[in-house]
Amino acid sequence: MEIYLYIALFAPLVGSLIAGIFGASKKLLFTGIVTSSLLALSFFSSIVLLVHLLGGGDEIHVEMMTWIAAGELYIPFGFLVDEISATMMMVVTLVSTLVHIYSIGYMKHDAGFNRFFSYLSAFVFSMMVLVMSDNFAGLFIGWEGVGLCSWLLIGFWYKKDIATWSANEAFIMNRIADLGMLIGIFLIYWNTGSLQYDTVFAAAPSLDETILVLIALFLFIGAMGKSAQFPLHTWLADAMEGPTPVSALIHAATMVTAGVYLVVRAHPIYELTPDVSYFIACVGAFVAIFAASMALVNRDIKRIIAYSTLSQLGYMFVAAGLGAYWVALFHLMAHAFFKALLFLGAGNVMHAMRDELDPYKMGGLFKVMKYTAILMIIASVALAGIFPLAGFFSKDKILEVAFGSENYILWGVLWVSAGLTAFYSFRLIMLTFFSDSRYKKLGFDPHEAYPYMLWAMAPLALLAIIAGWFEHQFVEFVTQALPMFTFNVADVVWMLIVVTTLIALGGIALAIWTYRDGPLDPKWERNPIHKLLINEYYIPAAYERCISRPYRELSAFFWKEVDLKVVDYTVDLIASMVYGSGKKTHTMQNGNLSSMLGWVAAGAVLLLLAVIFSSGIQVAG
Amino acid sequence: MIEITLAHYLALATILFCIGLIGVLRRKNLLLLFMATEIMLNSVNIGFAAIGHYYGDLSGQMFAFFVIAIAASEVAVGLGLLIVWYKRTGSIDLDSLSSMRG
Repeated sequence: MEIYLYIALFAPLVGSLIAGIFGASKKLLFTGIVTSSLLALSFFSSIVLLVHLLGGGDEIHVEMMTWIAAGELYIPFGFLVDEISATMMMVVTLVSTLVHIYSIGYMKHDAGFNRFFSYLSAFVFSMMVLVMSDNFAGLFIGWEGVGLCSWLLIGFWYKKDIATWSANEAFIMNRIADLGMLIGIFLIYWNTGSLQYDTVFAAAPSLDETILVLIALFLFIGAMGKSAQFPLHTWLADAMEGPTPVSALIHAATMVTAGVYLVVRAHPIYELTPDVSYFIACVGAFVAIFAASMALVNRDIKRIIAYSTLSQLGYMFVAAGLGAYWVALFHLMAHAFFKALLFLGAGNVMHAMRDELDPYKMGGLFKVMKYTAILMIIASVALAGIFPLAGFFSKDKILEVAFGSENYILWGVLWVSAGLTAFYSFRLIMLTFFSDSRYKKLGFDPHEAYPYMLWAMAPLALLAIIAGWFEHQFVEFVTQALPMFTFNVADVVWMLIVVTTLIALGGIALAIWTYRDGPLDPKWERNPIHKLLINEYYIPAAYERCISRPYRELSAFFWKEVDLKVVDYTVDLIASMVYGSGKKTHTMQNGNLSSMLGWVAAGAVLLLLAVIFSSGIQVAG
Repeated sequence: MIEITLAHYLALATILFCIGLIGVLRRKNLLLLFMATEIMLNSVNIGFAAIGHYYGDLSGQMFAFFVIAIAASEVAVGLGLLIVWYKRTGSIDLDSLSSMRG
């Protein structure tokens, strides 16, 4: 079984290296095919491992080699495949494989084709390291690798200023959170003397409560950055500057889910700190409604989907915060399928519309892009949580958890968000695919994507429909590694389902009715609430004004006053002293033998004196 | 009559060395420069011989012989070069030898 573990882990790396060799050459189709097939191999191995675990096999724990061994510190390159990581591996490799295949079509005319596949596979490899590592240090390596690859991919079109800006923003925001994560890891090592999951979790109950709370909080700060939770959420929407398959990968499989994975993985710590867990749930609920509200008015199809991801991540954190870790993982999985599908569909639309993102300029695309439209509608219905699609099972479970643990406020917030989710999803669908064909006036000539791109999306669509049906098997499987969450809502469960479905259907109906004739009257846009939402609660502007600009001014001050007048001046002074002394003494070397002999003699005398005085000092000492 | 000690020999060697050094530094005539060099070498020879005698060790005298031999060959080569230089330029003034100006 170990061989499958290594294949699953290293196949993406091999693909990345092969594609990387040809990074600077012109487009070679086989780099795309090789990376895709290697990922398919990785997916196959993950499935074998999953089947092995499903069949009652033991979890696989290997130690590939020693990484750091110094004194008491011992960190191996160890990998662990248990129920949690097997689920994550399956989701990551499946979505990544399909995204790779899709990208062969999407990036067809891009000059950086080979480079793109190299980065994409490296991204998947980092994520695999992250989920498969058996210690916090290995997790951190994957964590940073994911951050690096996201930077490379968001800024893939580096000739666009906005793309490099967004890439840097994502990177810097993640660095801020990573500092928290790193402090958390240091605290763990400081107090337990190990970073191995099993040792740490075994030692956790005997730790001081303050220390535990600090560890839990700092780890969550790391998770907040990667999973783009408030207040570190702005990078996620700006990350849409990258190529669309990257967005699909970031949002569905490889990056933002890392934060949820961390909380799920570290559940023994979070179980001991109920206050921190409750805080996580509250942040999650806040982000769920906060992001959903911003998605309501946005005029960029990718950003709408990005905010929807943010909102769904909020749901996952609510579940994880309330102790229902398996529900969080379940929603993570279901969400990965339909979110990847939505993004790939958006990619098709973008291609058809020559990179136009404003749905106000689309409309009526159903006629020309029937298959894409159907796939996106499936994804949206799943996202909205309509029976019997995947989103219904996973999202409803989170609402039941919130209700069952008597957090009625959290439940209410999530319930409203569910309505908003349905509304913005169908606003997007209506504006893009239905109503009148506004694109015709603007001179666009949309066309359907290549068939194999649609085929790559088909498995996702299938999973978006059926993933929820395996809830019982999923629960049985992951609760071998995760605690079973018990809550009693049996007497009201039907009522909850009806109420949630009603608000979702209501949201859909409202969206269809509101946007039946295309965009709303522009007078709506003068509404202060609309202004607030379209400006993203003025948070990016506030960050710009309160953090970026003062920082830039401070930097300019230090540059002009400290760097130029102190540091540079000192360096220049040393240089000019050396230069000046050289200028003054170069007459020494005038080529006249007798004066040169004079200098030789003077030097000899000086050396002699030096020897005499130094030996005299030694004698005296 | 005072006894001649090692110090006297060394003082003589030092004085001769300084005379040679001043000659090297001050003289512009290449031939005189060679003579001054000889004075310096011989002052060192005196030092070697005196110290060799003082310690009852013959290595000092041996070194002095080496120095004499090498000085002789050096002068032979040096005078050869000097003659060639004189034939080419018609002068053996040190200041005319400035082709190595930096």
